[in-house]
Amino acid sequence: MAHVAGVDVGSTQTKAVIVDEGRRIAARALTMTGANVTRAAEEAFGEALRAARLEEEEVEYVVGTGYGRYRVTFGNTQVTEISCHGRGAVHMFPRTRTVVDMGGQDTKAIRVAPTGEIEDFCMNDKCAAGTGRFLGAAASALDIPLDALGATALRGERAVKISTTCTVFAESEVLAWLGRGKKIEDILLGVHQSIAGRSAALARRVGIEQEITFTGGVAKNVAMIETLSRALGAPVNVSDDSHYMGALGAALFALDRLLAARAPARAAAATGGAA
Amino acid sequence: MSAWTAGIDVGSTYTKAVVLGPDRAIAGRALRPTGFQLARAAEEALEAACGEAGLAPGDVAYTVATGFGRHQVKVGDVRVTDLTAAARGATLLFPRTRTILDVGGQTMKASRLGEGAKVRSFRLNDKCAAGTGAFLEKTARYMGFDTEEIGPLVATSKTPTSISGVCAVFAESEVINHLSQGAAPADIMHGAIVSLVGRSVQLMKRVGMEPEFTLIGGILRFARMAEVVREQLRAAVNVPEGDLVQFTAALGAALLGQQRLRHRAAPAAVPA
Repeated sequence: MAHVAGVDVGSTQTKAVIVDEGRRIAARALTMTGANVTRAAEEAFGEALRAARLEEEEVEYVVGTGYGRYRVTFGNTQVTEISCHGRGAVHMFPRTRTVVDMGGQDTKAIRVAPTGEIEDFCMNDKCAAGTGRFLGAAASALDIPLDALGATALRGERAVKISTTCTVFAESEVLAWLGRGKKIEDILLGVHQSIAGRSAALARRVGIEQEITFTGGVAKNVAMIETLSRALGAPVNVSDDSHYMGALGAALFALDRLLAARAPARAAAATGGAA
Repeated sequence: MSAWTAGIDVGSTYTKAVVLGPDRAIAGRALRPTGFQLARAAEEALEAACGEAGLAPGDVAYTVATGFGRHQVKVGDVRVTDLTAAARGATLLFPRTRTILDVGGQTMKASRLGEGAKVRSFRLNDKCAAGTGAFLEKTARYMGFDTEEIGPLVATSKTPTSISGVCAVFAESEVINHLSQGAAPADIMHGAIVSLVGRSVQLMKRVGMEPEFTLIGGILRFARMAEVVREQLRAAVNVPEGDLVQFTAALGAALLGQQRLRHRAAPAAVPA
């Protein structure tokens, strides 16, 4: 059975997904991007190969995506992360019309057609406010592990209003609130609400249509799901593979290309047979 | 009655206090990290400045508080904006000042002055760290340097690396990319300063800048900052000597205190 792969080189983490001909996920892998982007892509791909028990030659087509996609030297082609996130989300939740993708350094809102094609998108790429980094800053200021943030925030009852825009200043604001005796959970709830508010504003700019699918690394955070859904005024779909949505989309594009490349060959074979 | 006055500038990063004599000479000054207990930082800075002047805090007849945290401190007979205080301080040091650029740890301010050191127009950035000293601090930290190492580090650079300076957080990836491509930390730091100064000049243009230009604020303690401003403006700039750049607003506040004292004394001199 043929296999294809998608490698999503994000600003913080690199993800790889291997998909089989039946569009089923055969393996996934994640590494930190770091300074050497090409090596990160190779590592993630290698790990996915081992998990799928495949040799590199058995993967017939590789699509790179994400900000470092042009440094996926072993890839056959590149597709933008906007297209890949849209594609992955529609694959997981076929009724998706709006995708909110929250990553380490950027947040994107994407409107997709029922066919899965991208109709419009909007992203914050000039400022880290409203991205995963804002959570990272709060986590380091409060000395709480990143994956414990969501559960802690959900215990908050009276959210503290975070007034700073900039992620750098937010770090000091969080500490200042702590100094004024506010509870960690209330501060964190406020931090989540602030990010959710910014992301919802981004989504409004592309026009929110249901269903909404929430993707990206931050979609694993329960408080973010809750506050985003409130800010959007609608429920959001979240897959267990939310983190891998871009890589999944890339792998699905790889499968399209592979099948398209085979089709003329088959057509030629068919014509040849008829003659 | 004593004629000593004090100015306290509660800044985003540091709190500065200056004690001024009736002859407008600085008798004492002190600096403390602002931290999160603003009132304590202000009291400590004032006490230390008084100590340097050989005075007890009770000897100071009038205290003026300024800076972003001025409303959160108890000390001070009156509060004035940091723009007013900076204008007074800058014109005391450089009487022909018409435009002030003040770059602090978390703020950047440009103001244009009219007659009598009155602020005619101003613009400030306090929403985004890319336009403040925090940008330099972050850039230094990404490369493993302390804030105080910025000055000596850039002194060795001749050619700045191009840094976009859009966001202090995104600068991290940019710095890592440059380092992995073999750029020297000194050149990257220099590039960050060039980028920050680019933003400063934008702000100065928006207030309708006119010479003379006076540069103040904690970030001006890095000599390269003023050099790059000079290069970008193609004009001479005034910079208070040594660590006085950090105390200019506190000095202005203390000077305003002296004026208040005289006003207070004046009516009493009029026979009833």
